[in-house]
Amino acid sequence: MPEADFQSYYGRAILKPPVWKHDVAIYLFTGGLAASSSMLAAGADLTGRPALRRAGRASAMGALVASTFFLVKDLGRPERFLNMLRVAKVTSPMSVGTWILTAYGGAAGVAAVSEASRLPAVRDRLGVLSGPAVAVGRPAGLAAAAIAPALATYTAVLLADTAVPSWHEAYRQLPFLFAGSAMASGAGMGLIAAGAADVGPARRLAVMGAAMEMAGARSVRHTMGLLSEPYLRGRPARLLQAGEVLTATGVAGALLGGRSRVVRTVSGICLLAASLATRFGIFEGGVESTKDPKYVVVPQRERMALRESQAKREAELADQRQRTETVTPSGLAGTSSPTTG
Amino acid sequence: MVSRNSLSGPLDPAPDAGYVDPPPRKGFFTDTSVCIGCKACEVACKEWNGVPSDGLNLLGMSFDNTGMLGADSWRHVAFIEQARPIGAQSAPFADLPTGPSGSAAAAAVVEAGVVATGHAPGLGTRGKQEPVADAAADSAESATAFLGMPTATLPGAGGDVAARTDLRWLMASDVCKHCTHAACLDVCPTGSLFRTEFGTVVVQQDICNGCGYCVSACPYGVIDKRETDGRAWKCTLCYDRLKGDMEPACAKACPTESIQFGDLDELRERADRRLEQLHGSGVQEARLYGHDENDGVGGDGAFFLLLDEPEVYGLPPDPIVSTKDLPDMWRRAGLAAAVMAVGVVSAFVGGRR
Ligand code: SF4
Ligand code: SF4
Repeated sequence: MPEADFQSYYGRAILKPPVWKHDVAIYLFTGGLAASSSMLAAGADLTGRPALRRAGRASAMGALVASTFFLVKDLGRPERFLNMLRVAKVTSPMSVGTWILTAYGGAAGVAAVSEASRLPAVRDRLGVLSGPAVAVGRPAGLAAAAIAPALATYTAVLLADTAVPSWHEAYRQLPFLFAGSAMASGAGMGLIAAGAADVGPARRLAVMGAAMEMAGARSVRHTMGLLSEPYLRGRPARLLQAGEVLTATGVAGALLGGRSRVVRTVSGICLLAASLATRFGIFEGGVESTKDPKYVVVPQRERMALRESQAKREAELADQRQRTETVTPSGLAGTSSPTTG
Repeated sequence: MVSRNSLSGPLDPAPDAGYVDPPPRKGFFTDTSVCIGCKACEVACKEWNGVPSDGLNLLGMSFDNTGMLGADSWRHVAFIEQARPIGAQSAPFADLPTGPSGSAAAAAVVEAGVVATGHAPGLGTRGKQEPVADAAADSAESATAFLGMPTATLPGAGGDVAARTDLRWLMASDVCKHCTHAACLDVCPTGSLFRTEFGTVVVQQDICNGCGYCVSACPYGVIDKRETDGRAWKCTLCYDRLKGDMEPACAKACPTESIQFGDLDELRERADRRLEQLHGSGVQEARLYGHDENDGVGGDGAFFLLLDEPEVYGLPPDPIVSTKDLPDMWRRAGLAAAVMAVGVVSAFVGGRR
């Protein structure tokens, strides 16, 4: 890529780099994992795959707790976390996300507790309550699964709805990339947890998720011109490359070695690690794009030039139209043009 | 109250935010062509608003040791030194003496001025010839420089016109733009950032939880998180003073009226007139920045007259509020969510176990 020619104020950044730490990158991963785990758990529940259901609900719960932890930790004033529940704003993806997470958290939490109540030790203690406790698991799990896709994809809007050049520019791809990454990581969990007989759904999900994740990441890295550059250099590039290799390895393992527990586990770990690496790569690439004024100035200049040339063309066309109209008087043109003589 | 232009386009923000019969929208017009870089605005802002120190920095950027706007800098004076001949660029300077400072011609001009007004800036008493003029005349004779800034060579040592005029010094006091469509406000998840009745954008410090979303959303890189305190801070356009019918501290302190405060409508007209005046006297490079309500943020409440491209001053040339694309983003997220749901369902029904 040729070095862009542009002006700046002593080469200083125009934008502020995000104050978000890696907590947010981790949250992107754990939120996605929670979402697809709940969806797998619900599917397993409906199709009678208890091992997958159990693992799904447990991993959703774990990922949910981690998500909340990292979200709150990243606040400048963690004790004021609840201030986010005093408003609901569609213009703030973080507000929307907080409500999604709250609703999802309630449902997934109930499903997890219900799952726990099936454990013999817990069941005995609950006595007569154990029946309802188990029964509530299905509706709660289904509710969590219904909210889950929103949880997995809103984070794409969270990043894209900023002035961070390489996040905002990627707003078309990010939701699909993140959905794919979530599916692949959930599938990774499923591959690890499910028995050989039950591994089908996780395996199919792994293929679909991996395809979306890889296609999305490729598109972000190769179709955004100058704004792809931060994803092609340094750490973000290495992370995204690692993500791609790990995804490919994980899918290959899931497809070819599905019969072996060890291969399944390794494939699952690969898919989980791939999702994590991809999220970090996307996160860090965006952060990089705020540090160099060229990612602000050059694309904006190009946009202005384009607008100008379009306006000029339109003016020319209008001009032409006017000239032809003066030759053939307007309103009469085509019907009864008077003969000049 | 949500209108068609709530996310982008021309709009009067206060009524859109739900105020009934608000006062006229207030703003700043910062005319950088008369800025002398005294930083009175920076100081006045810090004093009035109790903004903490942003550190003792020597940045090596001309006289700018503030660097950029941030949590602890709500006004920032930029200094740009350019090797451009003033005479050719800016006709108003053409009739000034162009010899070296110490030349007899310049001394004569200074002397005449001092005698005529009886007042050298900061020094004079009426009717008496000042030591300033004496010194100027002396130095003219001895051909050494008079009161120069420290430089490697003696000021005026070249002695010719070109050596003295090949520099242009731009100064500009930057501030939060109080955007019509303020991304910081749109994305704030706590409602801490709000639109005042004056159409300005203010952080409520007792509500902000330091999520930092506004920091990444601002297309001008204005608002930032104060590390020692965890919350986001920026210019309030002196909301407290406005409530008391006073002009903001920076505008009050500005000695050259580079910072002008008032009703936005009126400021826009004034800016148009100033631009015309400058263009009329040959300053073709003068341009307005942030005045157009059809731009990417619906026009700025604080806008500028600049003498070069915006990016030269560290301003984005064509900022667009990120929420402009938000409906499309939500649509795409919805689509991706649907794909994910279908994917999981098909993973269960689409094959043997
Ligand atoms: S988006 Fe930036 S410039 Fe606009 S009002 Fe908010 S902080 Fe100020
Ligand atoms: S840091 Fe404070 S003001 Fe900024 S978006 Fe978050 S809660 Fe709102």
